[in-house]
Amino acid sequence: MKKQTLHISTSPHLAQGTSVEVIMRNVVIALMPAALFSIYAFGWNAALVLITAVVSCLLTEHILCRLANKRSTVSDWSAIITGLLLGLTLPPIFPLWMTFLGGVFAIGMGKFLFGGLGYNVFNPALVGRAVLQGAFPVAITTWYASFSAERFTTLHSAVLAVPFMEPVIDGTSGATPLSAFKFDGITSEASDLALGLVSGSTGETSSVFILLGGLYLVWRNFMNWRIPVAILATVFVFSGILYWIDPIEYPSPLFMLFSGGLMLGAVFMATDMVASPITSWGVIIYGIIIGALVVIIRLWGGLPEGVMYAILLGNAISPHIDRLVRYRVYGTSLKTS
Amino acid sequence: MKTAKQTFKHGIHPPENKEETNGLPIRQFSFAPLIILPLAQHIGAPSKLVIREGQEVVRGQILAESDGYLSVPLHAPVSGLVKKIAYVPTISGKMTTGIYLEPFPSSTQETLEGEAIDIDSASPEEILIGIQQAGIVGLGGAAFPTHAKLKIPDGKHCDTLIINGIECEPYLTTDHRVMLEQSDDIFLGIKYLMKATGAKRTIIGIEANKQDAADLLRERLPKNEAISVEVVPVKYPQGAEKMLITALLGKEVPSRGLPIDVNAVVVNVATTAEIGRLLPHGRGIQERVITITGPGVKKKGNYLIPIGTPLRYVLEQVGVDESVSEVYMGGPMMGVAVANLDISIVKGTSGIVVFNKEQIEQAPQVYPCIKCGACVDACPLSLNPSKLGILAKFESYEKMAEEYHLMDCFECGSCSYVCPSHIPLVQYFRLSKSIVRKRKVA
Repeated sequence: MKKQTLHISTSPHLAQGTSVEVIMRNVVIALMPAALFSIYAFGWNAALVLITAVVSCLLTEHILCRLANKRSTVSDWSAIITGLLLGLTLPPIFPLWMTFLGGVFAIGMGKFLFGGLGYNVFNPALVGRAVLQGAFPVAITTWYASFSAERFTTLHSAVLAVPFMEPVIDGTSGATPLSAFKFDGITSEASDLALGLVSGSTGETSSVFILLGGLYLVWRNFMNWRIPVAILATVFVFSGILYWIDPIEYPSPLFMLFSGGLMLGAVFMATDMVASPITSWGVIIYGIIIGALVVIIRLWGGLPEGVMYAILLGNAISPHIDRLVRYRVYGTSLKTS
Repeated sequence: MKTAKQTFKHGIHPPENKEETNGLPIRQFSFAPLIILPLAQHIGAPSKLVIREGQEVVRGQILAESDGYLSVPLHAPVSGLVKKIAYVPTISGKMTTGIYLEPFPSSTQETLEGEAIDIDSASPEEILIGIQQAGIVGLGGAAFPTHAKLKIPDGKHCDTLIINGIECEPYLTTDHRVMLEQSDDIFLGIKYLMKATGAKRTIIGIEANKQDAADLLRERLPKNEAISVEVVPVKYPQGAEKMLITALLGKEVPSRGLPIDVNAVVVNVATTAEIGRLLPHGRGIQERVITITGPGVKKKGNYLIPIGTPLRYVLEQVGVDESVSEVYMGGPMMGVAVANLDISIVKGTSGIVVFNKEQIEQAPQVYPCIKCGACVDACPLSLNPSKLGILAKFESYEKMAEEYHLMDCFECGSCSYVCPSHIPLVQYFRLSKSIVRKRKVA
């Protein structure tokens, strides 16, 4: 036998073949139906918001890595997810400079300050959105009717607003179903909500396309289905009980399920692997807490929508859930905590 | 008694890759021109030399005797001349004392026999001594002296003897072939083992991918003996003692405990066959069945190879591709990559797997843990490898051991296998465990 170079590695010498990159890429693929539908529903405005958010996240990540003398991590696709998710939570006519700022905060504050991928306590996209909500409360609640005739011909003036100038808000904005309910007591048809035939944030309107993406991820085993199921079941049961007690005061559970950002939040944001618990029981508790918070904020809070805060609070307690809820280790009789 | 669960919690399903060799009968390997025998082939004290350089020895003769209770003798696998006694390379990279034995050209399979252990007249203690004298260690890969494992501690008793025919490592088919070809030896071995341990019944555990072996053993089950064959689902690491006990008995071995704590003793099926073959003649172990396989091997198969045969000679005989670049001893999940082809086959070698360049992943990029939980849902002991991995990075070894049951980990590698971030978790745990052990001793 000739002289040969032997490769040495530690066991196991086989690997399943998944990688962080593959998971992240598939999440991006799963977000495509919702993103494409939002562009179809809201036109170029929505497309620009989404693109700006993604570009902003990628740029921020790249520049911060370079400043910290680290290898740039933009190639792992996770910044693209943050950008898409951020864009999808914003109104379709959100000024682009604000969108860009949101991306900077999402990556800079929500992810990089905590140590980058794997170390973020909160879902970075929601951190970005929370900053924008605090900074621009008017712009972030200015909506735009879906399927308007000129959505592919003209850009809304607000989208191209000059930075730090108050955007001009004109009469095309339509109320979202949740704010209509909250402030005017009007509920929409659940079927219209599910299909996305109503106004709302860029990607929050079509539950069907969001669920499609979610099902794809569950099928590929890249998503813990227990999280969305626990959240949605809690919202349905909790608001169902209230509706049963007083159907005039409280909206129907189907309306609660398909309106606002719940579907996007439950399927794509609360499922952020890094910021959610790790055990099966842990994620169910986490989902129940988020679902209950959504109902509480929506029905008794001062805001029409509560998904963002509910998930951020869920993220905050998730390390504590992991400490309290552990699998019983084989051969031990007690759960050690 | 609780009913059997038929499997354990979690676990993984790596590709089995057994079909290339599981149909190939065991074939005798020729004697290498030089046999190299390290004295430390088992867990415990290395065997103590009883021969000199330049001495002529006969096949089956004791070359080194057991040095204390946790030790076994070493027998000559071939008649020949002791060329020298010197340091020999081993798979761990350490050099240990060993024997260079040059076979006589006229060497045959004839062998020297010692004191026979008669199954009907021997006492349990005599059987244990016989097993030790035969140099038998766990042939599944652990190489723990079998007589020590069979010794029931005071105050305990053994109800169930479990014969481990799971062979959950991908690629390996030695136990499968042994079950198909050596059923008489296995049943005789079980008789010795039941007598030695006082077990009331025996269960032979076999994974569902070896249904033919299960059928054959069931057909040949000796009458009037409490032996049964149980087929369990294919899942890695089903062959680990604790996992097999849970699958067959529905009980969990206590943390840091042994099978005897749930009144069971687990013995590998090839070890059992060896006991049944050697004890009636008072022989010592001289050779073992090894699967040689993998994409890099030309003549794949199951071979009966003399202990001490140099790996280089083995690979030359079976033919390996020019591009061979990774050789494992053992299976691909828990086996060790070979750095030096001059090491030799030892009693614990269950397989040799050769990968080509194409199969070897170029060291994949390691990402931070994204807490996906794949490892948590893979760990057969329900440990939290994700948390353990993070703690290892922070060198919090005591916390790992005390709060997160690090010392229970038996390094099956399921966590590393599923990790999408390619974190070498099991390697972290191996290191952490050895550090914890050292600190405890210090």
